[in-house]
Amino acid sequence: MVQKLYVASRKGLLRFSRSNDLWVMERSDFVGDPVSAVLHDPRNGALFAALDLGHFGVKLHRSGDGGESWEELAAPAFPKSEEAGATGGDPAAPSVSLLWTLAAGGAGQPDRLWAGTIPGGLFVSDDLGQSWSLVETLWNQPQRAQWMGGGFDDPGIHSISIHPEDENRIAIGVSTGGVWLADDGSEHWTLAGKGLRAEYLPPESANDPLMQDVHLLARCATEPDVIWCQHHNGIFRSVDGGKSFREIENARPSAFGFAVAAHPKNANVAWFAPAIKDECRVPVDQKFVVSRTSDGGDTFDVLDKGLPDAPSFDLVYRHALAVDDTGDRLALGTTTGNLWVGAEGGESWRLVSNYLPPISQVLWVSTE
Amino acid sequence: MVQVSFTSNLERHLSCPLVEAAGDTVEAVLDHVFEDNPRLRSYLLDDQGHLRKHVNIFINGKMLADRTCLSDGLGPDDKVFVIQALSGG
Repeated sequence: MVQKLYVASRKGLLRFSRSNDLWVMERSDFVGDPVSAVLHDPRNGALFAALDLGHFGVKLHRSGDGGESWEELAAPAFPKSEEAGATGGDPAAPSVSLLWTLAAGGAGQPDRLWAGTIPGGLFVSDDLGQSWSLVETLWNQPQRAQWMGGGFDDPGIHSISIHPEDENRIAIGVSTGGVWLADDGSEHWTLAGKGLRAEYLPPESANDPLMQDVHLLARCATEPDVIWCQHHNGIFRSVDGGKSFREIENARPSAFGFAVAAHPKNANVAWFAPAIKDECRVPVDQKFVVSRTSDGGDTFDVLDKGLPDAPSFDLVYRHALAVDDTGDRLALGTTTGNLWVGAEGGESWRLVSNYLPPISQVLWVSTE
Repeated sequence: MVQVSFTSNLERHLSCPLVEAAGDTVEAVLDHVFEDNPRLRSYLLDDQGHLRKHVNIFINGKMLADRTCLSDGLGPDDKVFVIQALSGG
Protein backbone atom coordinates (compact mmCIF):
# COMPACT_ATOMS: atom_id res chain seq x y z
CA MET A 1 0.00 0.00 0.00
CA VAL A 2 1.37 3.39 -1.05
CA GLN A 3 -0.20 6.46 0.50
CA LYS A 4 -0.03 10.02 -0.82
CA LEU A 5 -1.38 13.19 0.70
CA TYR A 6 -2.62 15.87 -1.69
CA VAL A 7 -2.98 19.43 -0.45
CA ALA A 8 -5.02 21.96 -2.42
CA SER A 9 -3.70 25.37 -1.49
CA ARG A 10 -3.90 29.05 -2.35
CA LYS A 11 -0.67 28.67 -4.32
CA GLY A 12 -0.82 25.27 -5.91
CA LEU A 13 -1.51 21.57 -5.59
CA LEU A 14 1.04 19.88 -3.36
CA ARG A 15 1.76 16.17 -2.99
CA PHE A 16 3.32 14.63 0.09
CA SER A 17 4.59 11.12 0.65
CA ARG A 18 6.07 9.29 3.59
CA SER A 19 9.82 8.96 3.78
CA ASN A 20 11.58 7.57 6.86
CA ASP A 21 8.53 8.24 9.00
CA LEU A 22 8.32 11.87 7.83
CA TRP A 23 5.83 13.35 5.39
CA VAL A 24 7.70 15.32 2.75
CA MET A 25 6.54 17.35 -0.23
CA GLU A 26 7.57 15.50 -3.34
CA ARG A 27 5.73 17.43 -6.00
CA SER A 28 3.93 20.75 -6.61
CA ASP A 29 1.70 21.63 -9.55
CA PHE A 30 -0.03 24.85 -10.61
CA VAL A 31 2.40 26.81 -8.45
CA GLY A 32 1.04 30.30 -7.88
CA ASP A 33 -2.54 29.39 -8.73
CA PRO A 34 -5.33 28.90 -6.17
CA VAL A 35 -6.52 25.28 -6.15
CA SER A 36 -10.05 25.14 -4.78
CA ALA A 37 -10.65 21.36 -4.95
CA VAL A 38 -8.90 18.11 -5.77
CA LEU A 39 -10.48 14.75 -6.53
CA HIS A 40 -9.01 11.28 -6.90
CA ASP A 41 -11.34 9.01 -8.84
CA PRO A 42 -10.99 5.58 -7.24
CA ARG A 43 -12.55 3.87 -10.27
CA ASN A 44 -9.71 4.73 -12.63
CA GLY A 45 -7.02 6.55 -10.65
CA ALA A 46 -7.50 9.89 -12.40
CA LEU A 47 -6.79 13.12 -10.53
CA PHE A 48 -8.78 16.30 -11.03
CA ALA A 49 -7.72 19.77 -9.90
CA ALA A 50 -10.08 22.73 -9.82
CA LEU A 51 -8.41 26.13 -10.11
CA ASP A 52 -9.70 29.57 -9.23
CA LEU A 53 -7.62 31.84 -11.44
CA GLY A 54 -9.40 34.98 -10.30
CA HIS A 55 -8.94 37.24 -13.32
CA PHE A 56 -9.29 34.40 -15.78
CA GLY A 57 -12.02 32.32 -14.14
CA VAL A 58 -12.35 28.78 -12.85
CA LYS A 59 -10.51 25.98 -14.61
CA LEU A 60 -10.46 22.19 -14.41
CA HIS A 61 -7.48 19.95 -15.10
CA ARG A 62 -7.16 16.17 -15.19
CA SER A 63 -4.15 13.90 -14.80
CA GLY A 64 -4.08 10.24 -15.68
CA ASP A 65 -0.57 9.66 -14.39
CA GLY A 66 -0.67 10.80 -10.78
CA GLY A 67 0.06 14.42 -11.58
CA GLU A 68 3.06 13.94 -13.85
CA SER A 69 1.11 15.59 -16.66
CA TRP A 70 -2.15 17.54 -16.78
CA GLU A 71 -4.77 18.22 -19.41
CA GLU A 72 -7.17 21.17 -19.20
CA LEU A 73 -10.85 20.22 -19.55
CA ALA A 74 -13.89 22.39 -20.04
CA ALA A 75 -14.97 23.58 -16.59
CA PRO A 76 -18.61 23.44 -15.53
CA ALA A 77 -20.44 26.52 -16.80
CA PHE A 78 -23.98 27.80 -16.57
CA PRO A 79 -26.03 27.78 -19.76
CA LYS A 80 -26.41 31.11 -21.50
CA SER A 81 -29.35 33.08 -20.23
CA GLU A 82 -32.35 33.58 -22.47
CA GLU A 83 -33.30 36.69 -20.50
CA ALA A 84 -31.64 39.30 -22.71
CA GLY A 85 -31.63 42.82 -21.30
CA ALA A 86 -31.80 46.13 -23.13
CA THR A 87 -28.27 45.78 -24.40
CA GLY A 88 -28.80 42.25 -25.63
CA GLY A 89 -27.14 40.63 -22.62
CA ASP A 90 -28.23 39.66 -19.13
CA PRO A 91 -25.74 41.07 -16.62
CA ALA A 92 -27.44 39.20 -13.77
CA ALA A 93 -27.12 35.78 -15.39
CA PRO A 94 -25.01 33.29 -13.40
CA SER A 95 -21.43 32.40 -14.05
CA VAL A 96 -19.38 29.94 -12.01
CA SER A 97 -17.14 31.84 -9.62
CA LEU A 98 -15.80 28.85 -7.67
CA LEU A 99 -15.57 25.11 -8.21
CA TRP A 100 -16.12 24.22 -4.58
CA THR A 101 -16.22 20.45 -4.64
CA LEU A 102 -15.83 17.49 -6.99
CA ALA A 103 -17.17 13.96 -6.51
CA ALA A 104 -16.89 10.68 -8.39
CA GLY A 105 -20.04 8.79 -9.33
CA GLY A 106 -20.73 5.22 -8.30
CA ALA A 107 -19.22 2.03 -9.65
CA GLY A 108 -22.20 1.49 -11.94
CA GLN A 109 -21.67 4.84 -13.65
CA PRO A 110 -17.93 4.71 -14.32
CA ASP A 111 -17.83 7.89 -16.41
CA ARG A 112 -19.93 10.04 -14.08
CA LEU A 113 -18.57 12.96 -12.08
CA TRP A 114 -20.31 15.62 -10.03
CA ALA A 115 -19.31 19.21 -9.27
CA GLY A 116 -20.69 21.75 -6.82
CA THR A 117 -20.15 25.45 -7.47
CA ILE A 118 -20.72 29.01 -6.33
CA PRO A 119 -23.31 30.22 -7.30
CA GLY A 120 -25.17 27.12 -6.13
CA GLY A 121 -25.03 24.90 -9.18
CA LEU A 122 -24.81 21.13 -9.23
CA PHE A 123 -23.16 19.91 -12.42
CA VAL A 124 -22.85 16.39 -13.83
CA SER A 125 -20.45 14.91 -16.36
CA ASP A 126 -20.91 11.54 -18.06
CA ASP A 127 -17.60 11.56 -19.89
CA LEU A 128 -15.14 11.84 -16.99
CA GLY A 129 -15.10 15.60 -17.03
CA GLN A 130 -14.79 16.32 -20.74
CA SER A 131 -18.14 18.10 -20.70
CA TRP A 132 -20.60 19.19 -18.02
CA SER A 133 -24.30 19.89 -17.69
CA LEU A 134 -26.16 21.87 -15.07
CA VAL A 135 -28.56 19.68 -13.08
CA GLU A 136 -31.59 21.76 -13.89
CA THR A 137 -33.94 19.69 -11.74
CA LEU A 138 -32.21 21.18 -8.72
CA TRP A 139 -31.44 24.59 -10.19
CA ASN A 140 -35.11 25.05 -11.08
CA GLN A 141 -36.41 24.24 -7.59
CA PRO A 142 -38.55 27.25 -6.62
CA GLN A 143 -37.08 27.18 -3.11
CA ARG A 144 -33.60 27.80 -4.53
CA ALA A 145 -34.56 31.48 -4.72
CA GLN A 146 -34.26 31.52 -0.92
CA TRP A 147 -30.76 30.09 -0.81
CA MET A 148 -28.37 32.73 0.53
CA GLY A 149 -24.68 33.42 0.58
CA GLY A 150 -22.86 32.01 3.59
CA GLY A 151 -19.49 33.69 3.82
CA PHE A 152 -19.40 34.19 0.07
CA ASP A 153 -21.75 36.62 -1.64
CA ASP A 154 -23.63 33.82 -3.39
CA PRO A 155 -24.87 30.46 -2.10
CA GLY A 156 -22.85 27.40 -3.01
CA ILE A 157 -22.80 23.60 -3.01
CA HIS A 158 -19.86 22.26 -1.03
CA SER A 159 -20.96 18.70 -0.21
CA ILE A 160 -21.91 15.99 -2.71
CA SER A 161 -22.24 12.62 -1.02
CA ILE A 162 -23.04 9.55 -3.12
CA HIS A 163 -24.48 6.59 -1.22
CA PRO A 164 -21.82 3.87 -1.59
CA GLU A 165 -24.42 1.11 -2.03
CA ASP A 166 -26.79 3.00 -4.33
CA GLU A 167 -25.31 5.63 -6.60
CA ASN A 168 -28.76 7.07 -7.29
CA ARG A 169 -29.02 8.23 -3.69
CA ILE A 170 -27.32 11.58 -3.42
CA ALA A 171 -27.11 14.06 -0.57
CA ILE A 172 -25.92 17.58 -1.13
CA GLY A 173 -25.16 20.36 1.33
CA VAL A 174 -25.73 24.02 0.56
CA SER A 175 -24.40 27.10 2.33
CA THR A 176 -26.96 28.37 2.86
CA GLY A 177 -29.86 26.26 1.64
CA GLY A 178 -29.90 23.12 3.76
CA VAL A 179 -29.64 19.45 2.82
CA TRP A 180 -31.17 18.15 -0.40
CA LEU A 181 -31.67 14.48 -1.27
CA ALA A 182 -32.31 12.61 -4.51
CA ASP A 183 -33.19 8.90 -4.63
CA ASP A 184 -33.33 8.57 -8.41
CA GLY A 185 -30.02 9.94 -9.63
CA SER A 186 -31.00 13.55 -9.95
CA GLU A 187 -34.53 13.68 -11.33
CA HIS A 188 -36.35 14.60 -8.15
CA TRP A 189 -35.02 16.49 -5.16
CA THR A 190 -36.35 16.72 -1.64
CA LEU A 191 -35.45 19.38 0.89
CA ALA A 192 -34.44 17.26 3.88
CA GLY A 193 -32.49 18.01 7.04
CA LYS A 194 -35.34 18.03 9.54
CA GLY A 195 -33.94 18.86 12.95
CA LEU A 196 -31.23 21.24 11.82
CA ARG A 197 -31.43 24.46 13.77
CA ALA A 198 -30.11 27.95 13.11
CA GLU A 199 -30.03 29.81 16.38
CA TYR A 200 -29.19 33.11 14.74
CA LEU A 201 -32.44 33.26 12.76
CA PRO A 202 -35.74 34.65 14.03
CA PRO A 203 -37.34 31.98 16.25
CA GLU A 204 -40.07 31.13 13.75
CA SER A 205 -37.45 30.41 11.07
CA ALA A 206 -34.80 28.70 13.18
CA ASN A 207 -35.93 25.17 12.28
CA ASP A 208 -36.80 25.86 8.65
CA PRO A 209 -34.75 23.27 6.70
CA LEU A 210 -34.31 25.74 3.84
CA MET A 211 -32.60 28.33 6.01
CA GLN A 212 -29.82 26.09 7.33
CA ASP A 213 -26.17 26.98 6.87
CA VAL A 214 -24.66 23.53 6.38
CA HIS A 215 -20.88 23.81 6.48
CA LEU A 216 -20.12 20.21 5.50
CA LEU A 217 -21.73 16.77 5.26
CA ALA A 218 -19.58 13.69 5.98
CA ARG A 219 -20.97 10.18 5.48
CA CYS A 220 -19.73 6.99 7.15
CA ALA A 221 -18.58 4.75 4.30
CA THR A 222 -19.67 1.45 5.86
CA GLU A 223 -22.82 2.69 7.58
CA PRO A 224 -23.88 5.15 4.91
CA ASP A 225 -27.16 6.18 6.49
CA VAL A 226 -25.06 7.92 9.14
CA ILE A 227 -24.20 11.44 8.02
CA TRP A 228 -22.46 14.00 10.20
CA CYS A 229 -23.17 17.67 9.64
CA GLN A 230 -20.93 20.50 10.76
CA HIS A 231 -23.30 23.43 10.66
CA HIS A 232 -22.84 27.11 11.38
CA ASN A 233 -24.88 26.62 14.51
CA GLY A 234 -23.40 23.37 15.74
CA ILE A 235 -22.90 19.69 15.09
CA PHE A 236 -25.69 17.38 13.95
CA ARG A 237 -25.93 13.65 13.18
CA SER A 238 -28.33 11.77 10.94
CA VAL A 239 -29.01 8.03 11.02
CA ASP A 240 -31.48 8.05 8.12
CA GLY A 241 -29.33 9.28 5.25
CA GLY A 242 -29.90 12.97 5.87
CA LYS A 243 -33.67 13.03 6.14
CA SER A 244 -33.44 14.12 9.76
CA PHE A 245 -30.71 15.15 12.18
CA ARG A 246 -30.18 15.19 15.93
CA GLU A 247 -28.34 18.13 17.41
CA ILE A 248 -25.19 17.20 19.31
CA GLU A 249 -25.11 19.34 22.40
CA ASN A 250 -21.98 18.18 24.20
CA ALA A 251 -19.34 19.28 21.74
CA ARG A 252 -16.29 20.90 23.26
CA PRO A 253 -14.49 23.23 23.26
CA SER A 254 -17.12 24.58 20.85
CA ALA A 255 -19.69 23.32 18.36
CA PHE A 256 -18.73 25.86 15.68
CA GLY A 257 -16.41 24.98 12.86
CA PHE A 258 -16.33 24.18 9.18
CA ALA A 259 -14.77 20.74 8.88
CA VAL A 260 -15.90 17.25 9.85
CA ALA A 261 -14.35 13.89 9.02
CA ALA A 262 -16.37 10.70 9.45
CA HIS A 263 -14.67 7.46 10.45
CA PRO A 264 -15.04 5.13 7.45
CA LYS A 265 -15.78 2.02 9.54
CA ASN A 266 -17.23 3.24 12.83
CA ALA A 267 -20.35 5.36 12.59
CA ASN A 268 -19.90 6.60 16.14
CA VAL A 269 -16.57 8.28 15.43
CA ALA A 270 -16.02 11.69 13.85
CA TRP A 271 -13.48 14.50 14.09
CA PHE A 272 -14.02 18.25 14.11
CA ALA A 273 -11.92 21.44 14.11
CA PRO A 274 -13.63 23.72 16.63
CA ALA A 275 -13.43 27.52 16.54
CA ILE A 276 -15.20 30.61 17.85
CA LYS A 277 -18.21 31.79 15.89
CA ASP A 278 -19.33 33.88 14.09
CA GLU A 279 -16.99 36.38 12.49
CA CYS A 280 -14.18 35.84 14.98
CA ARG A 281 -13.14 32.45 13.62
CA VAL A 282 -10.06 31.66 15.66
CA PRO A 283 -9.48 28.65 17.92
CA VAL A 284 -11.25 28.75 21.29
CA ASP A 285 -8.92 30.57 23.69
CA GLN A 286 -6.54 30.60 20.70
CA LYS A 287 -5.61 27.01 21.60
CA PHE A 288 -5.65 24.98 18.43
CA VAL A 289 -7.16 21.52 18.95
CA VAL A 290 -9.10 18.80 17.19
CA SER A 291 -12.17 17.32 18.84
CA ARG A 292 -13.35 13.73 18.44
CA THR A 293 -16.41 11.84 19.47
CA SER A 294 -16.29 8.05 19.69
CA ASP A 295 -19.82 7.47 20.93
CA GLY A 296 -22.02 9.12 18.34
CA GLY A 297 -21.75 12.57 19.85
CA ASP A 298 -22.51 11.88 23.51
CA THR A 299 -19.01 12.86 24.61
CA PHE A 300 -15.98 14.51 23.02
CA ASP A 301 -12.24 14.14 23.42
CA VAL A 302 -10.06 17.19 22.90
CA LEU A 303 -6.95 16.13 21.00
CA ASP A 304 -3.89 18.36 21.15
CA LYS A 305 -0.80 16.19 21.49
CA GLY A 306 1.60 17.58 18.92
CA LEU A 307 -0.52 20.64 18.17
CA PRO A 308 0.89 24.05 19.16
CA ASP A 309 0.74 25.46 22.66
CA ALA A 310 1.36 28.98 21.39
CA PRO A 311 -1.58 31.26 20.68
CA SER A 312 -2.98 30.21 17.31
CA PHE A 313 -5.00 31.89 14.61
CA ASP A 314 -5.40 28.68 12.59
CA LEU A 315 -8.78 28.01 11.02
CA VAL A 316 -9.58 24.79 9.19
CA TYR A 317 -11.60 25.22 6.02
CA ARG A 318 -14.41 22.72 5.46
CA HIS A 319 -12.49 20.37 3.17
CA ALA A 320 -9.19 20.55 5.03
CA LEU A 321 -9.66 17.78 7.62
CA ALA A 322 -9.55 14.24 6.24
CA VAL A 323 -9.22 10.71 7.53
CA ASP A 324 -7.75 7.87 5.50
CA ASP A 325 -9.42 4.57 4.55
CA THR A 326 -8.29 2.88 7.76
CA GLY A 327 -9.73 5.51 10.07
CA ASP A 328 -6.37 5.72 11.79
CA ARG A 329 -4.48 8.49 10.01
CA LEU A 330 -5.70 12.05 9.59
CA ALA A 331 -4.54 15.17 7.80
CA LEU A 332 -5.25 18.69 8.94
CA GLY A 333 -4.48 21.87 7.00
CA THR A 334 -5.18 25.45 8.02
CA THR A 335 -5.67 28.94 6.68
CA THR A 336 -2.32 29.84 8.24
CA GLY A 337 -0.55 27.33 6.03
CA ASN A 338 0.17 24.77 8.71
CA LEU A 339 -0.18 21.05 7.94
CA TRP A 340 -0.27 18.17 10.40
CA VAL A 341 -0.70 14.43 10.10
CA GLY A 342 -2.48 12.68 12.96
CA ALA A 343 -1.81 9.10 14.07
CA GLU A 344 -3.93 6.63 16.04
CA GLY A 345 -7.15 8.42 15.26
CA GLY A 346 -5.75 11.79 16.22
CA GLU A 347 -4.21 10.74 19.55
CA SER A 348 -1.02 12.43 18.40
CA TRP A 349 -0.14 14.87 15.64
CA ARG A 350 3.07 15.56 13.81
CA LEU A 351 3.78 18.84 12.07
CA VAL A 352 4.46 18.43 8.36
CA SER A 353 5.07 22.09 7.47
CA ASN A 354 4.62 25.61 8.86
CA TYR A 355 5.35 27.24 5.54
CA LEU A 356 2.51 26.46 3.19
CA PRO A 357 -0.08 28.74 1.60
CA PRO A 358 -3.62 28.77 3.03
CA ILE A 359 -5.05 25.25 2.59
CA SER A 360 -8.46 24.62 1.07
CA GLN A 361 -8.45 20.80 0.99
CA VAL A 362 -6.48 17.76 2.12
CA LEU A 363 -6.97 14.39 0.43
CA TRP A 364 -5.58 10.95 1.18
CA VAL A 365 -4.99 8.64 -1.77
CA SER A 366 -4.01 5.02 -1.20
CA THR A 367 -2.92 2.76 -4.02
CA GLU A 368 -1.72 -0.82 -4.10
CA MET B 1 -7.80 43.17 -40.27
CA VAL B 2 -7.91 44.12 -36.60
CA GLN B 3 -4.75 43.51 -34.61
CA VAL B 4 -5.38 41.81 -31.24
CA SER B 5 -2.74 41.48 -28.53
CA PHE B 6 -2.97 39.91 -25.11
CA THR B 7 -1.48 40.45 -21.68
CA SER B 8 1.63 38.37 -21.20
CA ASN B 9 0.08 37.15 -17.93
CA LEU B 10 -2.06 34.81 -20.01
CA GLU B 11 1.05 33.05 -21.28
CA ARG B 12 1.34 31.28 -17.92
CA HIS B 13 -1.79 29.38 -18.81
CA LEU B 14 -1.96 29.15 -22.59
CA SER B 15 -0.36 30.46 -25.74
CA CYS B 16 -1.92 33.63 -27.13
CA PRO B 17 0.40 35.49 -29.49
CA LEU B 18 -0.55 38.69 -31.28
CA VAL B 19 -3.08 37.86 -34.01
CA GLU B 20 -5.00 39.59 -36.78
CA ALA B 21 -8.70 38.86 -37.20
CA ALA B 22 -11.66 40.14 -39.18
CA GLY B 23 -14.84 41.63 -37.74
CA ASP B 24 -16.61 44.92 -37.21
CA THR B 25 -17.25 44.53 -33.47
CA VAL B 26 -15.14 43.32 -30.57
CA GLU B 27 -17.44 40.30 -30.27
CA ALA B 28 -16.99 39.36 -33.92
CA VAL B 29 -13.23 39.76 -33.81
CA LEU B 30 -12.88 37.70 -30.64
CA ASP B 31 -15.13 34.99 -32.08
CA HIS B 32 -12.66 34.66 -34.93
CA VAL B 33 -9.75 34.57 -32.50
CA PHE B 34 -11.47 31.83 -30.48
CA GLU B 35 -11.96 29.69 -33.61
CA ASP B 36 -8.21 29.18 -33.69
CA ASN B 37 -7.70 29.27 -29.91
CA PRO B 38 -10.84 27.79 -28.29
CA ARG B 39 -9.41 27.47 -24.77
CA LEU B 40 -8.87 31.24 -24.69
CA ARG B 41 -12.61 31.96 -24.62
CA SER B 42 -13.17 30.95 -21.00
CA TYR B 43 -10.12 32.93 -19.87
CA LEU B 44 -11.58 36.19 -21.20
CA LEU B 45 -15.34 35.66 -21.10
CA ASP B 46 -17.58 34.28 -18.35
CA ASP B 47 -20.29 31.63 -18.76
CA GLN B 48 -22.63 34.21 -20.31
CA GLY B 49 -20.13 35.53 -22.83
CA HIS B 50 -19.57 38.75 -20.86
CA LEU B 51 -16.08 40.12 -20.40
CA ARG B 52 -14.73 38.76 -17.11
CA LYS B 53 -14.91 41.22 -14.25
CA HIS B 54 -11.15 41.51 -13.90
CA VAL B 55 -10.22 41.49 -17.57
CA ASN B 56 -10.23 44.69 -19.58
CA ILE B 57 -10.08 45.57 -23.26
CA PHE B 58 -8.74 48.73 -24.85
CA ILE B 59 -9.38 49.80 -28.44
CA ASN B 60 -6.65 52.11 -29.73
CA GLY B 61 -5.98 53.05 -26.12
CA LYS B 62 -9.63 53.69 -25.19
CA MET B 63 -11.47 51.41 -22.79
CA LEU B 64 -14.20 49.13 -24.11
CA ALA B 65 -17.69 50.53 -23.43
CA ASP B 66 -19.89 47.44 -23.65
CA ARG B 67 -18.54 44.72 -21.36
CA THR B 68 -21.76 42.70 -21.62
CA CYS B 69 -22.21 42.21 -25.36
CA LEU B 70 -18.84 43.47 -26.66
CA SER B 71 -20.68 45.50 -29.29
CA ASP B 72 -18.06 48.25 -29.62
CA GLY B 73 -17.43 48.87 -33.30
CA LEU B 74 -14.07 48.27 -34.95
CA GLY B 75 -12.42 49.36 -38.18
CA PRO B 76 -9.82 47.37 -40.09
CA ASP B 77 -6.87 49.40 -38.79
CA ASP B 78 -7.88 49.26 -35.12
CA LYS B 79 -5.73 47.74 -32.43
CA VAL B 80 -7.32 45.76 -29.59
CA PHE B 81 -5.43 45.17 -26.34
CA VAL B 82 -6.66 42.57 -23.85
CA ILE B 83 -5.25 43.20 -20.39
CA GLN B 84 -5.51 41.81 -16.89
CA ALA B 85 -7.15 44.45 -14.69
CA LEU B 86 -5.32 45.43 -11.53
CA SER B 87 -8.53 44.74 -9.64
CA GLY B 88 -9.12 41.16 -8.60
CA GLY B 89 -5.52 40.57 -7.67
